[in-house]
Amino acid sequence: MARVHNYKRDLFDNLLKQAISAMIHAKISPPSDDKRWKIVEATMRRQGYVPSTLIEALHSIQEAFGFLDDAALRYVSAALRVPPSRVYGVATFYHFFTMRPPGRHTCVVCTGTACYIKGAPALLKAIENNFGIKQGETTPDGELSLLTARCIGSCSLAPAAVFDGQVGGKLEPAAMLERIERLQK
Amino acid sequence: MKPAEQVTVLKINGDEVSAHADQTILDVARENGIEIPTLCYLENLTEVGGCRLCLVEIKGAAKLQPACVTRVREGMEVATHSSRLDTYRRKILELIFTERNHICSVCVANGNCDLQDMAAALGMDHVTYPYLNPSVPVDLSHELFGIDQNRCILCTRCVRVCAEIEGAHTWDVRNSGINSRVFTDFNEPWGESQTCTNCGKCVNVCPTGALFKKGKAVGERTRQIDFLPYLKTMREELK
Amino acid sequence: MTREELDAAVVTEQERSQSFRHHVDVCIAAGCLSSQSEVVLNSLRTEIRERGLEKECALRGVGCMGLCKAGPLVALDGQAVMYQTVAPADAPEIIESLDTAPVERLVCPVNMPFFNRQTRIALENSGQIDPERIEEYIARGGYSALAEALAELTPAQVVERITASGLRGRGGAGYPTGLKWSTVVKAPGSQKYVICNADEGDPGAFMDRSVLESDPHRLLEGMAIAGYAVGAEQGYIYVRAEYPLAIKRLKTAIRQAVRADVLGTTIMGSRFNFQVDLRIGAGAFVCGEETALIASIEGGRGLPRLRPPYPAEYGLWGKPTLINNVETFASVPVILRKGSEWFAGIGTGKSKGTKVFALAGAVQNTGLVEVPMGITLREIVFDIGGGIPGGKRFKAVQTGGPSGGCIPEAYLDQPVDFETLAQLGSIMGSGGMIVMDETSCMVDVARYFMDFCRTESCGKCVPCRVGTVHMHNLLTKISEGQATLDDLAMLEELCDLVRHTSLCGLGQSAPNPVMSTLRYFRDEYLAHIQDKRCPAGVCHIAPEVTA
Repeated sequence: MARVHNYKRDLFDNLLKQAISAMIHAKISPPSDDKRWKIVEATMRRQGYVPSTLIEALHSIQEAFGFLDDAALRYVSAALRVPPSRVYGVATFYHFFTMRPPGRHTCVVCTGTACYIKGAPALLKAIENNFGIKQGETTPDGELSLLTARCIGSCSLAPAAVFDGQVGGKLEPAAMLERIERLQK
Repeated sequence: MKPAEQVTVLKINGDEVSAHADQTILDVARENGIEIPTLCYLENLTEVGGCRLCLVEIKGAAKLQPACVTRVREGMEVATHSSRLDTYRRKILELIFTERNHICSVCVANGNCDLQDMAAALGMDHVTYPYLNPSVPVDLSHELFGIDQNRCILCTRCVRVCAEIEGAHTWDVRNSGINSRVFTDFNEPWGESQTCTNCGKCVNVCPTGALFKKGKAVGERTRQIDFLPYLKTMREELK
Repeated sequence: MTREELDAAVVTEQERSQSFRHHVDVCIAAGCLSSQSEVVLNSLRTEIRERGLEKECALRGVGCMGLCKAGPLVALDGQAVMYQTVAPADAPEIIESLDTAPVERLVCPVNMPFFNRQTRIALENSGQIDPERIEEYIARGGYSALAEALAELTPAQVVERITASGLRGRGGAGYPTGLKWSTVVKAPGSQKYVICNADEGDPGAFMDRSVLESDPHRLLEGMAIAGYAVGAEQGYIYVRAEYPLAIKRLKTAIRQAVRADVLGTTIMGSRFNFQVDLRIGAGAFVCGEETALIASIEGGRGLPRLRPPYPAEYGLWGKPTLINNVETFASVPVILRKGSEWFAGIGTGKSKGTKVFALAGAVQNTGLVEVPMGITLREIVFDIGGGIPGGKRFKAVQTGGPSGGCIPEAYLDQPVDFETLAQLGSIMGSGGMIVMDETSCMVDVARYFMDFCRTESCGKCVPCRVGTVHMHNLLTKISEGQATLDDLAMLEELCDLVRHTSLCGLGQSAPNPVMSTLRYFRDEYLAHIQDKRCPAGVCHIAPEVTA
């Protein structure tokens, strides 16, 4: 019985702590009145504004806005009480986080081993020749971003790419370019 | 029974030495007058084991272990020097020299630099690997100090002293791998940092000429790290 | 949910299932989904509704059936008949023929070696159940192992059973699972954690993804049993952000499990509490290393630290922490259910049970296979995999991703187990298996992996941070026909240095792809260096300019 009792007490303590920190942190307001910040705030509140949930907070911002900007990092730093340099160090350490706004459409070419030996380099080359962008770049008109992934786990369909969230497999350069054209329509 | 009260006997380079069970190999070696080369290690800061110069051989262990973080064990047999270790240490030092642009003749730390001293001590008189010659900036925006990334070896002493002793956590490391850089706050110029207290601890612990006081010419950089043990004690008393 | 309720749930679900005359299963795991299997599912649903067959014909989306290259896959009546590369337009014909002979042109033979040479343990439910319904998992014996453990076994007995099974960690290194669990048990402290490493970072590996997408409850049950055994009340699943579908299904599964009282407080009427939370990775390969993974869960940069102390003693927040990978946890419930002896009876002397491999590259049947340990590489590549397409010649099989190596034809008859693969200069790894034919250049492959390691190096220690860059530069020089034999000697010297002086597994194993290709395909390196040509015709070597 003792264990159950302790568990409940811990639970109560935690809830109390969360409530207190929520009151403190509620005073720090987001960078703008964009509604998407509500989602980010909700995520941080759910996690109790604990500094160790920094990565979750960054994920929720990137999911809502597509990228992390300076204002967002400053807000997270203040809200979670994480030193600025730690926030920035974490945001730049992980490849998944990007600090540049993505284009209207994205094409993520998988560069996993299977895709590599089955022709991912040719896909990248085709995009570079056609749109003049390399990995990590966006066309000047902001239409298309080219990204690469270490492996999207669709190795059976190599070479594969993700077009605005839709996976396409067994791609040839021509078929891939056609899919990108279709995205833009 | 607290582990700190246990006394352990181990062998370093064939000689029996005694130690507290919570001591590291490096601690015990230095107590016994055995020098193990280190660069990222600095007494009173947490150990990271990143420079790999303090690797030692432990009998029965498959891998080399960093002396700065590895705790002693009863009956452990440690070799701190061997031709294999000497070669590895020289090669690692060579890698450090190729990573950035270490040109002693124009460096503020010339003659007062741990990296330079280490090269001399380990007999590293030339570099066999090609230089990577990265293009890295110098930031002189701070009113008192400057940072020259060309001389940085990413030992993270500045990061640790700022976070652990000063408590400001102005410094950290951004990006990863070969693109790692030390930086302040949100990566704006150091002089614009909101958290920097201008205390200069980072400058004092920097092993090379990466962090320096402004106004110093070649070879004029001096350092003062006697503050560390006292501040460390005071911090612990407060806990 | 009590044990009686669990038994009742099994009966209810089985009765429900038996009330249908036909079952139509469509694979909705990532592989088939990217071949538009969801559209196929919808058109089948429309077809069934239009014919008014909803009461007779059960249609559902199921997890991965394995043969990803032939997707979308549709299975009828418990995989009695299987259809491959089904198009939405095939729906009427499929439903029409349910009571007659199968649609010949779509049939995928279910008696081919790809299916009947496998032994499915971790994947036993994969492709057989709807991953988004806990009832189907329960109907196949799900959560009965947890119920048994909580009601009849002491934590020590659970650990004993896992130890007796001979299960070894499926994440790559093959550390004995029972030993790891008992270390966490013995570590002092009341607060302990269980972590599932689902940060499947190896390029060319998608085993964990498939388990997460096809049978998420299995992982939760394995973790809960582990939590009970080691005395932990909190579990974390660290899953890659690149697997959105897996994340979605895990979230659903956790919600269902809490509602069914197989997770949460006082589970199944016992005194055991166990909660599972997700932590989403952010694309750092090094976070597959357990200490780096812990640093990431703590919200920091994913930097590894020296072990010992191992996470079993000093892990998350400094507390004793059990970290196992997905496939390891997925093997736990079935070991308790069928017995340690049964599991130990499969496999070889030192490597027990089965291993899931993601078979990809230059092979006919790409997909997911689970085979008993000890099977030969040749059986996997040529029997199960169906050999090399296009009449090309086999060159090598790559296992273990960036930490592994390339194994040539001469060793294809070697058994697949932890020790043998290590002796061959590769590693078991997490289970990526990429087949390469004569059109792959081994220097280029080594350069590819070194580029990966260089990019994924965290930067904490010097040999990995700087050494991998030099090695990549040298490999590029070789592939461009610009290198000398001195460069090759320098490359080999760096392999030795980086392997022996790096801080964590990433750096220590980074030279493996280079060393294994040098060991078996040195002639290809020499052709690039001395003859200035790429035997496979992959590398672009500019013709020499004569002065």
